[in-house]
Amino acid sequence: MSIDESDIPALARGCAVLGTGGGGDVRTGSLAAVGAVREHGEVPLIGLDELDDDALIVPLSGIGAPTVSHEMIHSADEPKRIAEEIERLFGRPPSAIMSSEIGGSNGVAPVAWAARLGLPLLDADGMGRAFPEVQMVSMYVAGLPADLVIMSDIVGNVVTIRPVDGLWSERLARAVCVAAGSSALMADYVLTTVRARGAVIEGTVTRAIEIGRATEGAADPLGALQGSLGAVRLITGKLTDVERRTTGGFVRGTATIEGTGDDRGRRLTLELQNENLVALEDGRVRAMVPDLITVVDTETAAAVQTEGLRYGQRVTVLAWPCDPLWRTPKGLETAGPRAFGYDLDYVPVEELTAHG
Amino acid sequence: MADLRIGIDVGGTNTDAVVLDADGRVIAKAKRPTTPDVTEGLRAALDAVLTELGEGHARIGRVMLGTTHATNAILERRNLGRVAVLRLGAPATTSVPPLSGWPGDLRAAVSAGEAVVPGGHYVDGREIGPPGLDAVRRFLDGLEADAVAVTSVFSPASGDHERVVEELIKAEYGLPVSVSHEIGSLGLLERENATVLNAALYGVAAHVTEALVTALAERGLGAKPYLAQNDGTLMTLEHAARLPVSTIGSGPANSLRGAAYLSGVADAIVVDVGGTSTDLGVLAGGFPRESAAAVEIGGVLTNFRMPDILAIALGGGTVVRNPGIGPDSVGYRIVEEALVFGGSTVTMTDAAVAAGRTPDGAAGWRERIEAAVRAHGSGDMSERMADTLQRAVAIADGMVIDAVDRMALGKTDRPLVAVGGGAFLLPDAVPGASRVVRPEHAEVANAVGAAIALASGRVDTILPAGDSRSKAIERAKEEAAARAVAAGADPSGVEIVDLLEVPLSYLSEPAVRVHVKAAGPLAR
Repeated sequence: MSIDESDIPALARGCAVLGTGGGGDVRTGSLAAVGAVREHGEVPLIGLDELDDDALIVPLSGIGAPTVSHEMIHSADEPKRIAEEIERLFGRPPSAIMSSEIGGSNGVAPVAWAARLGLPLLDADGMGRAFPEVQMVSMYVAGLPADLVIMSDIVGNVVTIRPVDGLWSERLARAVCVAAGSSALMADYVLTTVRARGAVIEGTVTRAIEIGRATEGAADPLGALQGSLGAVRLITGKLTDVERRTTGGFVRGTATIEGTGDDRGRRLTLELQNENLVALEDGRVRAMVPDLITVVDTETAAAVQTEGLRYGQRVTVLAWPCDPLWRTPKGLETAGPRAFGYDLDYVPVEELTAHG
Repeated sequence: MADLRIGIDVGGTNTDAVVLDADGRVIAKAKRPTTPDVTEGLRAALDAVLTELGEGHARIGRVMLGTTHATNAILERRNLGRVAVLRLGAPATTSVPPLSGWPGDLRAAVSAGEAVVPGGHYVDGREIGPPGLDAVRRFLDGLEADAVAVTSVFSPASGDHERVVEELIKAEYGLPVSVSHEIGSLGLLERENATVLNAALYGVAAHVTEALVTALAERGLGAKPYLAQNDGTLMTLEHAARLPVSTIGSGPANSLRGAAYLSGVADAIVVDVGGTSTDLGVLAGGFPRESAAAVEIGGVLTNFRMPDILAIALGGGTVVRNPGIGPDSVGYRIVEEALVFGGSTVTMTDAAVAAGRTPDGAAGWRERIEAAVRAHGSGDMSERMADTLQRAVAIADGMVIDAVDRMALGKTDRPLVAVGGGAFLLPDAVPGASRVVRPEHAEVANAVGAAIALASGRVDTILPAGDSRSKAIERAKEEAAARAVAAGADPSGVEIVDLLEVPLSYLSEPAVRVHVKAAGPLAR
């Protein structure tokens, strides 16, 4: 299978849903992907089994401040510089590109990066959703050493970091990013096929396209999306309050949804930090990170980003299970509720919502 | 003594004109159908108010025009100029070239060519590189264009590269130039799109201003002309010639400002009921609340500030059926088709009149409705007809209540100001609004809004959040005030009417995005 121009709108819609409110706006990434595919041709989408054992896979993501990425858009040359550096370091060129994060803009833009490099895109990613920090990837949870980070900026600077662990990779990469004008392209981890097995979340690009396609032209977009995700509907209602505050470089906030129709009389509150992290009803947790919680427009089933939450919107909140990798002790330590400052023991969304 | 002013609003269905005296009272008003070429409707409305005014043409000092010319030109891809699209930022931004995502036909109509050349700034004000003046020359040499649109990375905070390139193009190529920092805020692609549309509208703007100037000269009026813009303020013709894209969206802004003026209420929800649709907006301090979302025009995303408007498919001409209403409308054919005019289509006007909601000067409407219901058959049939009308009013009220709630953002203490030709459709009490205000001359609120508008200027930039913040904000305020004066405001009357600070995330040093708007009455 390969990705052509006609797949990109569905991929973008699916990535927005998997962004769980964060991961950045998919619009600019979609424009870049459409332009690159028109110029360089469609991008083959491959599985791990189609690569030689020692083939190099490059997980890529854009890193930076949203305000900057809306203004100082990526240079077309950034992926090339990273690929050249990898060839210099490993003595052979990369064989495939992978999205580090399928949720939001970093799920769509890899199509452009792969097209420009003439490489296939691996049908996998490192999160299965969106998370705000560099170490919150499946490769870290799987215990792969985060000993190599390569970054490329808009003017052509290339920075190679040899961090001692994943936490240092986040700290140093963030510092380089700021020096580069708060925008860079980053390869964290360079994987061989052997190492990638069990350390990446497979099938997520196909899944994002399927999720996007499910709602396309559906008579009941919300029902179609819920079915495609296997999601629980936490509430359908109206946004009645959105409160935001900036702490520690992130925008945190709370959104309140009052039930309408069958849900009249109920009230759900969402805790946000870029992404939707915890859903509460009457003080009871209904879903929590790393499970996925997405707010969608009730009529169109289009995902609503946390920045786009506004009073009066008619929305439905969906929640569904994360990849099993995140439910392991290391997974929960990396991206469970406590990693985001919530004093909560993780309980899977299936159990929290089993009795309505 | 030049103490009178005329406000004209060219809407989709009607062109309205009013004359205001020195005390701001409406002393003449007229409604005429909007014509396809717009100019004829404008002349007809102008002549109608002048006739009603009688003597005193010499006393008319100013004429303010709100028009949909620019919007229509973009929607219909008509009379647009060919624009050379120039972006300063390379090697940044090259992953998404200019005009990406534009509808093919609009791009074909507008673009004379596109280039991304060196230049632009980082978020902290450093140069990405010096502006590539030779690359600019290589791009423009031999290119046939009517105008150039120049967009530089982070120009709302650092506009000097755009200015340098503008000077070069004017001096060496003699072409008019649109520079993005005068047009939009942060968000490169949206600002660039607005800048390209602006450059494409230069010819349209010249046509409108010429039509207005000619119409005034033909009638021997020595009045000074102004154009209304999308934030409810005015600009001189010179300013409008440079920023024609700012006239887009002036209609809703005028009706909001007119509603505030006629009702004397500065904080309110305004509901403007027309023939086919109803627009809701919010007044904050007498000005329209602006939309936070990007605005799409003709299939192109832009980021200039527009009034936050919620439009619903409900108007005087909305067709009533059993069950339900609309979304279709008989529009301007209402005077032939509605029951109250002796026609055979049941409209929202008929339903409202049956419910006892009648506009001024609607003699005999109630009787005609009752006759129509009786003629619809006796007994059951007639009852069903009455039932349908009643249900239509309930549905319409439900739509208005729902829309008011959305616009009010949970606040229920603001009054609702009802304006527009179909304002009589609205109930006398709406949950979510403290009371319903029906000002005099509400049917021409938009023309009144044009007549009373102020001149304004705005600045949108990124500033450090540390010690230098307050000084930097003072400088931004001064710049906004200077821009208001450039737009025609009296320097002694300019005030800061809006100041917004938004903290930014993921940056090394704390920074805030600052938006300042200044406005003041026109200089004498």
